[in-house]
Parts: sequence; C-alpha cells; structure tokens
Amino acid sequence: MKPSMDDEQVQIPQRPLAPTGGPADPAPRRGGVLGRGEGKLAGWRAFGSGGEGVLVPQARLSGPTPWVIAIMVTITVIAAATGLALRNIANAAALDLAGGVSVQIIEAQAPIRAAQAQAAQKALLAVPGVISARVVPQAELDQLLVPWLGAGMSDGDMVPVPAMIDVRIDGAADGGRIAALRAALGRVAPGARVDAQSHWLAPVFEAMDSLRWLALSMIALLALALAAAVLLSARSALGTHRQTIEIVHNLGGTDAQIARIFQRSMGMDATLGSLVGLVLGQVAVVVLGARFAGLGAGLLAGGVLRPLDWAVVALVPAAAVALAMLTARLSVLIALRRML
Amino acid sequence: MTGMTGEIARFDNVGLRYGPDREVLCDVGFTLHAGHFYFLTGASGAGKSSLLRMLYLAQRPSRGMISLFGTDAITLPRHRLPGFRRRIGVVYQDYRLVPHLSAFDNVALPLRVAGVPERDVVQPVKDMLEWVGLADRMEARPATLSGGEQQRVAIARAVIGRPELLVADEPTGNVDPDMAIKLLRLFEALNRLGTTVVVATHDLHLLQKVPGSLIMRLDRGRMSDPTGALRYPPRRENAQP
Ligand SMILES: Nc1ncnc2c1ncn2[C@@H]1O[C@H](COP(=O)(O)OP(=O)(O)OP(=O)(O)O)[C@@H](O)[C@H]1O
Ligand SMILES: [Mg+2]
Repeated sequence: MKPSMDDEQVQIPQRPLAPTGGPADPAPRRGGVLGRGEGKLAGWRAFGSGGEGVLVPQARLSGPTPWVIAIMVTITVIAAATGLALRNIANAAALDLAGGVSVQIIEAQAPIRAAQAQAAQKALLAVPGVISARVVPQAELDQLLVPWLGAGMSDGDMVPVPAMIDVRIDGAADGGRIAALRAALGRVAPGARVDAQSHWLAPVFEAMDSLRWLALSMIALLALALAAAVLLSARSALGTHRQTIEIVHNLGGTDAQIARIFQRSMGMDATLGSLVGLVLGQVAVVVLGARFAGLGAGLLAGGVLRPLDWAVVALVPAAAVALAMLTARLSVLIALRRML
Repeated sequence: MTGMTGEIARFDNVGLRYGPDREVLCDVGFTLHAGHFYFLTGASGAGKSSLLRMLYLAQRPSRGMISLFGTDAITLPRHRLPGFRRRIGVVYQDYRLVPHLSAFDNVALPLRVAGVPERDVVQPVKDMLEWVGLADRMEARPATLSGGEQQRVAIARAVIGRPELLVADEPTGNVDPDMAIKLLRLFEALNRLGTTVVVATHDLHLLQKVPGSLIMRLDRGRMSDPTGALRYPPRRENAQP
C-alpha cells in the first residue's frame, strides 16, 4: 500500500531518503551516466557531476542578455574589420611606395631633356638594386597635367615640363640609396632631382596613420563597451537568480558547483549572442568589402582581410564569451563569499 | 554517525548581535542529543529563527562555541561547510522554494546537489510528494501552490535526504490544525528512524502532540529550560536505531 497522509500509522517511505556521501564528505559524487534524457528531467542532467547542471531557467535568446551581446559584437566586429582593412591599405601603400623613387630631369630644351632622360635611365639601371627605371612617356605626363594646365597647354615648349623617370628599387628608398642614385646620375644628368616617392606622400601617410589610430581607438572603446555590457548583463542575470543561489548554497551546494551552473548558463547566452553578432558583423564586412572592390581603386585593393585578420575578428566573440563566463563566475563566487 | 557520541549539537555561551545593537541572543547554551525531538518556543522576536540559523550554519555567532556532529563549527573551514549542511534538513520560516522549479524539482534539489544519480532521484521524490499529499501537484510551480502546499513542499525537501538533523522553523504556521498534526507525524516518523528534530513554534498546542518531546524556551534572547530536560534528557529506547 502506498503511504499517504491519511494513514493512521505514519510510515516514512522506505526507499527515498538519500545520499550521505560519507558523513563529512562535502565533495559531490562524480557520477557518470546521470539522467541523460530522462524525459522532463533532461534539462537537469547531472547537477553535481561536472555535467551541465541547469538550475537556472534556460531563457535562450528570450532575455536581453544575448541580444545586447549580439549587437555589441556586431559593432565591434565591423570596427575591427575596418581597422584591420585600413591598416592593410596603409601597409600595402607603404610597401608599394617605399621602393619608389622619382627622378625629374629639369631641362628647358626638349631634345637635351630627352637625351638626358635616356642616358639617365641607362645609368640608373646600372646601379645595383634597381629593379626598373621607366621613362614616363610624354603622353602620360600630359595626361597628369591636364587638370592643372588645361588641354593642349603642355604642347610644344610653352610650359617646359620635366622628364620623369619612375624608378623601383629593392628595399626602402632611404637617404643612402637616394644618394647612390644621385651619384650615378651626376655625370649624365647633373640637374636631375631625385626624390623618394614616400616623401611626396608623407601627408597621405600621416592621414592614414591617423585613420589607423582612429580605428584602433574605436576598437578599444567598443571592446570596453562590450566588456561593460557583458559585465552588466551577467550581473543582472545573477541578480535575478540570487535567491536560487542562496537556496542551493543552504542546501549544501559547493561554491564550485554553483559557480559552474551560472557560468555555463551565462556562457550559453553569450555564445548564442556572440554567434549572431559575428554573423551579422561578417555579412556587413563582406558587403562593404564588395562595394569597395567595385570601386576598383588601386589603393583600396590592399584592404582585403587576410586569414590572420579574420582570425583576429573571430577573437571578438570568443573574448565576449570568455569575459561573460568569467564575470558570471566571479560574481557568483563573490556573492557566495558573503554568505558564510 | 556522530550519533555515537550521543551529541548532535552543542551551544556554549553563544551570543549573537546584528550590528551594534544589543545582543539578540545572549549566553545561550544547550546540547541536542541524538534521536530526540525538540521544540523551541518563545514569543515572536525572542530569537528562535536566529538561533536556528546558527544551528543550520547560515549564521555565525558573535561569540561563544558551537559544535555540530562533534566538530567545532566555528573554526570549520569554509569548504567543509557544504558537507555539514547536507546532513541537516531545514524547513525555512519563509519556505525558500526555487520559484521557477516545479514542486518535484524543488524536492529533488537536495538529492541532486548531493550528486545522487538521477535514477535514484525520481521514485523517492514521487513517493515523498505523494506522502505529503501533493501527488497531483508535482509539476506545479511554487507560485501556483497555496501557502500550505508550499510549506509541505518545503518539508518534503527538508526530509528527502533523510538528514541526521532536521531543523524546522514554524513548519506548521500556514496549515490547518489537521494538516499541522499530520506534518508533525511525519517529523515523528523521521525521528523514529534516527533523525534528531528541532521544531520552532509558538503554537503551544503542538507541544502536547508529540509525547516524549523536549522543550527549549527562549525568553528575549535567553535560554530557559523549564522542564530541566535539556540538562537531563530522558532515555529513549529508540533513540539510536
Ligand atoms: N538580519 C537581521 N538583522 C537585524 N536584526 C535582526 C535580523 N534578524 C532578526 N533580527 C532581530 O532579532 C530579533 C530576533 O529575531 P528572530 O527572527 O530570531 O525572532 P523569532 O523568535 O524567530 O520571531 P518569530 O516568532 O516572529 O519568527 C528580532 O528583534 C529581530 O528584529
Ligand atoms: Mg522566526
């Protein structure tokens, strides 16, 4: 007969009463196959066994936490990708220009200018380390000058335009290399001006550098905001479960046990939010990238993200999850310390 | 079991103050012997709940000595407390059920915390809920249960692990007199199986319902021993099963 409240003779159910893991044994038993998929208990799984004890309600994507994290991760991913792309553009441009040297032959008389240019080209090619030396054709120069002087103006000798030689050397065009080139030109074209191209573009590089710093500080600020958002949502989530934490604590739950439960639950929420954010952010980055590729601008072509860059971008959500779990864990442990 | 020493808990010169005010409990001293059934009475505000909180390790005294299961509980390192708490079943004055868990899961909580395999959890919990008359409310959340039903869930949770010491703070405050007596019988049955029981109440009628029970009285934070039974507990044949 089943015992019940109405029985005259009260009998404690014989099977129930439980554990006693040895009188003073606080360690939960490490069970192996605890209640996997036991119908309505499935959500629980092994509480004290290092399994995924689920004591907090699983509000997957229904609470604000995952969405806040998703939005912050999206923005941070876009900022990180943009910053990395900017850095790549700047680096590619620098690499492109570092080995570039312009030689101008300033000579009013066209035939002499042309002869000097030819001689200079030969002399330059003889210098060790010079990869190429190209006399920029007159037509090309005219094209460059059209916006400044108007069509047809450079025709004839009305406005003498220096001859240009575009030189590429292996390595950066520093003072020593420039001096070597000058020396080589000394005999054939004494009036030649030799300049590193990077010298002309210094303002561009400065602007790029500022952009790079801007992107970096944006990433830093957003990372801080993301950290704050994760921190706040982890703590507010725990605030709502404070009562549960206290109860489990009073029932003999160990700090590690309780921290693990909340760390897991927070980790789940943060993972879902971060994945959503990563996908959204990457879609935005890819779409933007396609738009810029459509421009066909030479400089921007250097702005593609390399695999390593994508790895860095993927670090954003990973860091968000790690931070969320760490925050949850520390908050729970601190709350528990106050409880005796 | 530490029942072998015959001593479950001992308080010596225990004092407790919350903040800088006067002591809520003052020079409290008593011994709980294994297998006995104790009532703790006293007017509202006398300090019953405060005393019990120290007994179930939720509060440290401001001064004095407390030993539990033969071990000094004051100097017990933090990491050993959970092990001791698992040997004590507690019915809180305010129940403290986990609000988003069903009655079933609330009662199963102590077993799961202790790492009992799930297959050994289901049937005992069902039996226990049936036993307190809640067989048809197993899946109900606490919020949808009446005060008395919540109290019975809290009691089922406190006894499911068959603790060595059961501490109940006004466990019958919210149920009708008939149910109060039934619940008291549950405690008695548990007591017969070897659990030492401490029930705080100001319902003096209850005291007479448990023959052989011992009475502790708190009077504005001081312990009195009206029957002398604390110092000279009567022998009980079934005290040590
Ligand atoms: N956390 C606390 N902080 C400050 N004072 C407290 C606290 N808990 C209890 N008190 C005070 O300690 C005294 C004893 O309280 P306690 O709850 O132990 O009484 P009680 O005997 O259980 O009363 P009741 O029968 O009404 O439950 C009361 O004066 C109360 O105001
Ligand atoms: Mg009280």
